[in-house]
Amino acid sequence: MVSSSSGASSRPSARAGVEVRLEDLKRRYAGVTALDGLSLTLAPGELVALLGPSGCGKTTALRLVAGLEETDGGRVVFGGEDVTNVPANKREIGMVFQAYSLFPHMTAMQNVAFGMQLHRVGVAERRKRASDMLELVGLSPHAHKYAHQLSGGQQQRVALARALAIKPKVLLLDEPLSALDAKVRARLRDEIRRVQLEVGTTTLFVTHDQEEALAIADRVGVMQSGRLEQLGPPMTVYSRPATPFVASFVGLTNRLNGVVRDGAVEVRGTRLPLVQTDATNGPAVALVRPEAVTLAGEGDSTPGPLNGTVIATAFLGATSRVTVDLGDVTVLAQLATSDAAAHPAGTRVRLALRPDPVLIERDEAAPDHG
Amino acid sequence: MTSAGIPAVKAAARPTGGGRRLRLSWLGVVPFFAYVGVFLLLPTVIIAAGSFAAKDGSLTISNFTSINQPYLVKSFVNGAVVSVVSALAGGFAGALLAYAVVTGSPRGLLRRAVTSASGVLAQFGGVTLAFAFLATLGTTGVVTIFLKDHGIDIFPNGVWLYELSGLTLLYAYFQIPLMVLVFLPALDGIRPQWREATESLGGTTWHYWRYVAGPLLAPSFLGCTLLLFANAFSAYATAQALISQGNLIVPLAISNLLTSETGRAQPGLAKALALSMILIVTIVTVLYAVLQQRSARWLR
Repeated sequence: MVSSSSGASSRPSARAGVEVRLEDLKRRYAGVTALDGLSLTLAPGELVALLGPSGCGKTTALRLVAGLEETDGGRVVFGGEDVTNVPANKREIGMVFQAYSLFPHMTAMQNVAFGMQLHRVGVAERRKRASDMLELVGLSPHAHKYAHQLSGGQQQRVALARALAIKPKVLLLDEPLSALDAKVRARLRDEIRRVQLEVGTTTLFVTHDQEEALAIADRVGVMQSGRLEQLGPPMTVYSRPATPFVASFVGLTNRLNGVVRDGAVEVRGTRLPLVQTDATNGPAVALVRPEAVTLAGEGDSTPGPLNGTVIATAFLGATSRVTVDLGDVTVLAQLATSDAAAHPAGTRVRLALRPDPVLIERDEAAPDHG
Repeated sequence: MTSAGIPAVKAAARPTGGGRRLRLSWLGVVPFFAYVGVFLLLPTVIIAAGSFAAKDGSLTISNFTSINQPYLVKSFVNGAVVSVVSALAGGFAGALLAYAVVTGSPRGLLRRAVTSASGVLAQFGGVTLAFAFLATLGTTGVVTIFLKDHGIDIFPNGVWLYELSGLTLLYAYFQIPLMVLVFLPALDGIRPQWREATESLGGTTWHYWRYVAGPLLAPSFLGCTLLLFANAFSAYATAQALISQGNLIVPLAISNLLTSETGRAQPGLAKALALSMILIVTIVTVLYAVLQQRSARWLR
């Protein structure tokens, strides 16, 4: 991983990553299953985000890949080599933790150079590569500052530079943005992606923040109860959720009672095609994205089939989320802010559901709610 | 809302009479400063003044030149040896015990038991500690007799309990728990991520201690050991109860110089010795504070 010879460029070469395979990984803690046969393959240079609620097993998966915990079953394979029983310090990984992982008695430069020092890289090469890495993350002016003199975002950028400086086979990011404020988080998220694309290291990114996962990853894996519910490109995971859990965890979902009949679900007079083509006839709850809900004024020439009253509008920037009361249920509609402005609170509207394929849940007892 | 309401509130909040409000917050620290003044500063001033006074009350430095007598120099050396040895032994043993405690659960039984016991034992000096040792390891102590009955003589070359080595053993008894108490916060400041980061960068346990935990804990360890030194160097009651006579260490020499039964008391020399001890302990305490400050910056 780390060579003491000086190359033409001290930055890791592009697409330097290896294929990473997690094969049927299992882990239990005191009788509780944290990972229940997780299988996942990361292509060389790919960034996969594991997304899920607390306790779903995503951090456990990352720690097993890192070698910081032992598996109860399954294999971890880097570039064809089984590393399941290889200790963490020999796995050639780079890791960025949630927070507070910089060594406080070392400057940013010393932190970045530390891994190379452990690998006996020469002093001159070490300094040069550490400088290059700090430049890569835009922190050259802060090279001689200690952790307590850096902001949270700067500390995480140093941690990223430190992890990459040893030219790891795999980069592991354990919720690296969760301790930062929203603005810094968005900026650093984009920066992590830029740097990852530049160095081409295969990367596993663990987060509970769906926006982060969808924005940064080549593919997103949604986890629940130690299992992978769905793995796919962000767009697919969002627009074609494979399971009701993915539909409800990724993005907002209207849960509307309906009836399955002949391969479609009828929701308040609108037939919506089904994702689950094998669904049997009968009552079901349809999971409808707010983007699939359209609104029109009562006097509009293209009225929708449902009448309701706007009770609130949440401004989100380019779009707004409008809450419509249909009498027995509230429905969320996501519209362009300019369109939402035409329907202020208290306005009577006509509401329609776009016939996109939807998922259903067999939970007849559940009431409708937005 | 009425517009008149706002000025009314503002007027009410303003101090009446146009004068400045009395600042009374400093009253809270009066008891502390009174205590420090009466029990620390005043005795120090009395000792300092007395150490420069001859028997007739005139100003002199002869009390300090008189310290350069073989038996007094020896008591200084003895005191330093006992303090250094008991501080190092207590420092290392206490640090290991504290480390064992932090590797367990933060609210676990081990931690609660050790910290509670340390809190009591760190204060378990003086007559009670000396008596406990005499009753167990003295010439007729329970343990001594038990071992003798089983063919083990712990005093084959004389009764070392009443000498420097015995005193060092007694001091270690309260130095170890004191070290546990003062070193625990530094160990608590060590974050598990630092070990994992070292491992992920290719480091071993040795690298972690050599380059990360060791340098981070060193100032605190050194500072705490200095505190143990000061604690032992200034201890009096334990040595007095155990040995009672002679000038083995400086506090005993001071006691003898103040309470001579033959009318040869030398209070000026005693005060000069006391002032010298105060200076040494002050220097050590300042060093401790500096090292703790440095450590605290890293281990917040």
